[in-house]
Amino acid sequence: MKGNEAVAEAAIRAGVDGYFGYPITPQSEVLEYLTLQRPEERTGMVVLQAESEVAAINMVYGAAGTGKKVMTSSSSPGISLKQEGISYIAGAELPCLIVNVVRGGPGLGTIQPSQADYFQSTKGGGHGDYRLIVLAPSSVQEMADFVDKSFELAFKYRNPAMILSDGLIGQMMEKVELPPQKERVKHFDQEWVITGKTKDRKRNIITSLNLDPELQYEHNMKLQEKYQKMKEDTMYETFDCDDAEFLLVAYGSSARICQKAVDIARSRGKKLGLLRPITLFPFPEEIIGKFARQVKGILSVELNAGQMVEDVKLAVNGRIPVYHYGTPGGKIFSPEDILNAIDEKLMGGY
Amino acid sequence: MDIQEIIKPENLVHERTSLMTDATLSYCPGCGHGTAHHLIMEVIEEMDIQEDTIGIAPVGCSVLAYDFMDIDMSQAAHGRAPALATGIKRLWPEKYVFTYQGDGDLAAIGTAETIHACNRGENIVIFFVNNGIYGMTGGQMAPTTLEGMKSSTSPYGRDLSLMGHPLKITEIVAQLPGTYFVTRQAVHKPGNVRKTKKAIRKAFEAQKEKKGLSFIEIVSNCNSGWKMTPNESNKWMEEHMFPFYPLGDIKVEGKIVKDLMKD
Repeated sequence: MKGNEAVAEAAIRAGVDGYFGYPITPQSEVLEYLTLQRPEERTGMVVLQAESEVAAINMVYGAAGTGKKVMTSSSSPGISLKQEGISYIAGAELPCLIVNVVRGGPGLGTIQPSQADYFQSTKGGGHGDYRLIVLAPSSVQEMADFVDKSFELAFKYRNPAMILSDGLIGQMMEKVELPPQKERVKHFDQEWVITGKTKDRKRNIITSLNLDPELQYEHNMKLQEKYQKMKEDTMYETFDCDDAEFLLVAYGSSARICQKAVDIARSRGKKLGLLRPITLFPFPEEIIGKFARQVKGILSVELNAGQMVEDVKLAVNGRIPVYHYGTPGGKIFSPEDILNAIDEKLMGGY
Repeated sequence: MDIQEIIKPENLVHERTSLMTDATLSYCPGCGHGTAHHLIMEVIEEMDIQEDTIGIAPVGCSVLAYDFMDIDMSQAAHGRAPALATGIKRLWPEKYVFTYQGDGDLAAIGTAETIHACNRGENIVIFFVNNGIYGMTGGQMAPTTLEGMKSSTSPYGRDLSLMGHPLKITEIVAQLPGTYFVTRQAVHKPGNVRKTKKAIRKAFEAQKEKKGLSFIEIVSNCNSGWKMTPNESNKWMEEHMFPFYPLGDIKVEGKIVKDLMKD
């Protein structure tokens, strides 16, 4: 099945209570698949096409406050529209899932795959000091697997989580082993949810407003502590790194292409490895810092003009050269393009 | 008769609802918000639905409505309250859900959310407090500011050729098939207070019966924003706001009961 369909099917199986969306290429299959599947009959899941991305994310905001498992999906221009709501959800500390099937930008850009929204996804995106939990799938299988994983982390930290995919993985068809059907949790009875004030407790308020700067400061510091704590859930994968002399760092579809590049390099006797961040926030900075003591140089390979490379550089902290290779605007590179870039930027004469 | 002889339970004619908190209202003296808050909470108390009611606070003067109403509430981004209410109501159809919004929130930045929640017939109640001005931000022109009316962003009066016309959004939503009960009321006089409370009860009863969306506009004053005393502002409201925003039911039990072309 397609990556977008895998997300949709996994959402039903994860016991998601509500999906609110709006069509945009290249992610419309999520909403299409969900409406076709009659999830209201399969699990009781609510699916609603909203009047805009703005409305969809605010439906998610409302419903998330009641402790329900809710999600939305979109692609880059639509995700920009959702930023207001995402900022409120992060500020109010609510769990939810946002799937971003990225396309090239800026503006209306192109409908071709891209990783141009790395900054937007990992540095907050909307206004205010906040972060999302960001998971980057590199296969259709992971599109399915990361739905449940995202909700697990979102509820663990009471924080919005994002699956940062792209048009390549969203549209690509692969075999998927689907997760078993989970029961929907009918009543998530946590002390913070708004489901009607009962006599035995004080009223619950979902808000991101603190007119008192002292309280806002405390709230912000509490959020920052939470983001620090998220580091314990950092996920990454390494390929051929044990004896690597040079390292590629790439996520999502770029990592797929990089894997091929590593295979070719190895067949030519070059000691190349690949580190694939699975969580982009929290970013696997510690392991990259370690590799900075092992390898001679790092190439950050991205379908953009150079974004994650900044985080790689921070992790390396000047110890070894770090370069970026990538193509912005929806143009996809080949493994050979990557190998040429390595020769040119890193291995020169190696 | 001594005052102590009068203050006895048998002489009680009105009691403050227990669903208003003890927090001091943040509204200006003379403002209609406090009365509107009380009426909604009185109805929720009388219907004994506090445990099943979720309110949505807007951005604007009533952003802190959750400080005063003793119910579970969520605070929405500017204009988005109907979207939040939709999300909650769709997943909790057995709960009572309402939004409480001002004119800038509901009829300008939130127009799309308002129209589409009404058109889908979400089974919620929308309270729309229309005072023709952005009160919280300091008296700027609102979508409902009257022709010629002065505000801090129409200091020489609203010029229709430059600033467009005041929007009768209540008449617009009444024409959508999803709305069940649409009315326009006021809370500046005892008679109006009684009528408004009846309308609020009717709206929550309609939600109980799953009839669709109820939309209650409350035409109110903003003495601070209008730069008048409370009494002057109420008089001005009667003389200027009511002719353009006439009080009364517009749609009852899904049927339009007012000649929309007349006003």
